[in-house]
Amino acid sequence: MDPAVRAQRQLKAIEEQIAQLEAKAGHDQDAHLKLKHLHHQINFLREQIRAHVNAWQKTELARHAQRPFTLDYVERLFSDWSEIHGDRSFGDDPAIVCGMARYQGEEVMVIGHQKGRDTKQRVYRNFGQANPEGYRKALRCMKLAEKFGRPIFTFVDTPGAYPGLGAEERGQAEAIARNLREMARIEVPIITTITGEGGSGGALALAVSDRVYMMENSVYSVISPEGCASIMWRDASKKEIAAQALRITPPDLLEMGIIDEIIPEPDGGAHLDHDSAAAMVNEVLARTYTELKSKSVHDLLESRYSKFRQMAHFFTEA
Amino acid sequence: MAWFKRESTEIQSSDEKRVRTEGLWVKCEGCRQIIWKKELEENLNVCPKCDYHFRIDAFTRLSLLLDDAAFSVEDEKLSSTDPLNFFDTRTYKARLQKSQNDTGLKDAVVNAEGKINGRPVIVSAMEYSFIGGSMGAVVGEKITRAIERAAAQRKPIIVVSASGGARMMEGVVSLMQMAKISAALARLDNARVPYISLLTDPTTGGVTASYAMLGDLNIAEPGALIAFAGPRVIEQTIRQKLPEGFQRSAFLLEHGMLDAVVHRRDSKNYIARALDFMAPRAA
Ligand SMILES: [Zn+2]
Repeated sequence: MDPAVRAQRQLKAIEEQIAQLEAKAGHDQDAHLKLKHLHHQINFLREQIRAHVNAWQKTELARHAQRPFTLDYVERLFSDWSEIHGDRSFGDDPAIVCGMARYQGEEVMVIGHQKGRDTKQRVYRNFGQANPEGYRKALRCMKLAEKFGRPIFTFVDTPGAYPGLGAEERGQAEAIARNLREMARIEVPIITTITGEGGSGGALALAVSDRVYMMENSVYSVISPEGCASIMWRDASKKEIAAQALRITPPDLLEMGIIDEIIPEPDGGAHLDHDSAAAMVNEVLARTYTELKSKSVHDLLESRYSKFRQMAHFFTEA
Repeated sequence: MAWFKRESTEIQSSDEKRVRTEGLWVKCEGCRQIIWKKELEENLNVCPKCDYHFRIDAFTRLSLLLDDAAFSVEDEKLSSTDPLNFFDTRTYKARLQKSQNDTGLKDAVVNAEGKINGRPVIVSAMEYSFIGGSMGAVVGEKITRAIERAAAQRKPIIVVSASGGARMMEGVVSLMQMAKISAALARLDNARVPYISLLTDPTTGGVTASYAMLGDLNIAEPGALIAFAGPRVIEQTIRQKLPEGFQRSAFLLEHGMLDAVVHRRDSKNYIARALDFMAPRAA
């Protein structure tokens, strides 16, 4: 077992013992004080464990097969889901799911990468690596939402856009590029949550949004740590160093102003408790949804533009 | 703002320098024949025997496209602050320094203003010899500024791409440049100001997957490699050899991804003709 997971479980066991002791402590103020102190210690240790999940460990957690995927969130956060298939041009891409849904009883569009859990499903979903028709389906659905004034939720979880022969023939680059440009001017709120892997252009093509959130154990990167390692060090096994160097973790990206907020996960990671993970996502989405839907189209587009315009100003003009 | 009038090529790519030290003769990558260097240069760095288009640097490109080879240069002081403090086998700072010394540029794009057949235009020309023409915060900012200027002054903009894609050493910062530039292009599009994208060898990755594919017209030079994923990555993924000519401009034309493949000698005329078409109609 992963040492971090083991430590989390041990902490949980200790917490349960404390709870039992609390029940027995009755009116003993001294015992209560000591127990309170133990609580603080546990919280401190928990923070320590979280802080020491390094970039590579986060990458592994982000890729965990038992993590909640888009349809897991759809099931828990939305009602009346009706999937919309196809790009009306070439085909339907199972690596991206789109659909009408209701959020807090109101009509919304949900779009997200979808991975599979067992081998058959993983292959069917192409490991969450979309082809051009996936991005074109997503844009078609965004335009549909725009036409009828429905906010858009996107969920990002992809190693990257699929680097295949057919993908190149059908214009992978054009499909992604078009999404970037069109998302910048879609006249309804777009709220993005990076739930697992935020793999480069394939992730960004669903993330030119009013708000971009990252879950605690997700990553967002211009290239995979393995890819970076094999190019820069000519050695894919340097992936842990590359992961660190690329600064792909939520705290790094928050600090650089790339994302808006980090959504915490249940102890040990979202894969251990889908319901709690979804509830934590919902807390942030609900707040944002209320805030954004009252904005005028003008204000929405102005602030979306300036968000990306001001982002990542890492240059000097001296 | 600095004015340039081309007398000799002031800034040469490191590739060209290497070629020069080898003397007066160059071997063509296309036909493997030996060509007289002077003849090659007089022919716009296109092989006189097989039409192979040699890579040219940003200043040579600007001289070729703009009237009288005259143009002003904008935003030339912008340089990267190394957001990740990145190092691999060397530090990114050292790589930047070396590229700056080799090219005389601060980063991988030159913003210029000049005229095409008398019409004022804005051009951003990428410099491949600067860390593979990769796009980080400086390239992103400069191209965005050029687009915003084009929109504000209602001047057509031409972006000449030559890039390996996003600059890995700037991590997600480089990824975000794709969003920033594309958002600026949405506004330019709303304003109906012409944008011509000229893709040259090579244009790949995040540059192709953002502004290079978003022109009102996307035109390319013959033989240019134009891709989202590079050939090596695809070969590793699908575990088979790629067909001959895959991801070259003729291939993209055939698959409907380019509006035209234009010989270097015709690129200015093609663009000028397109700008006539896109000019505001007389009332
Ligand atoms: Zn030749």
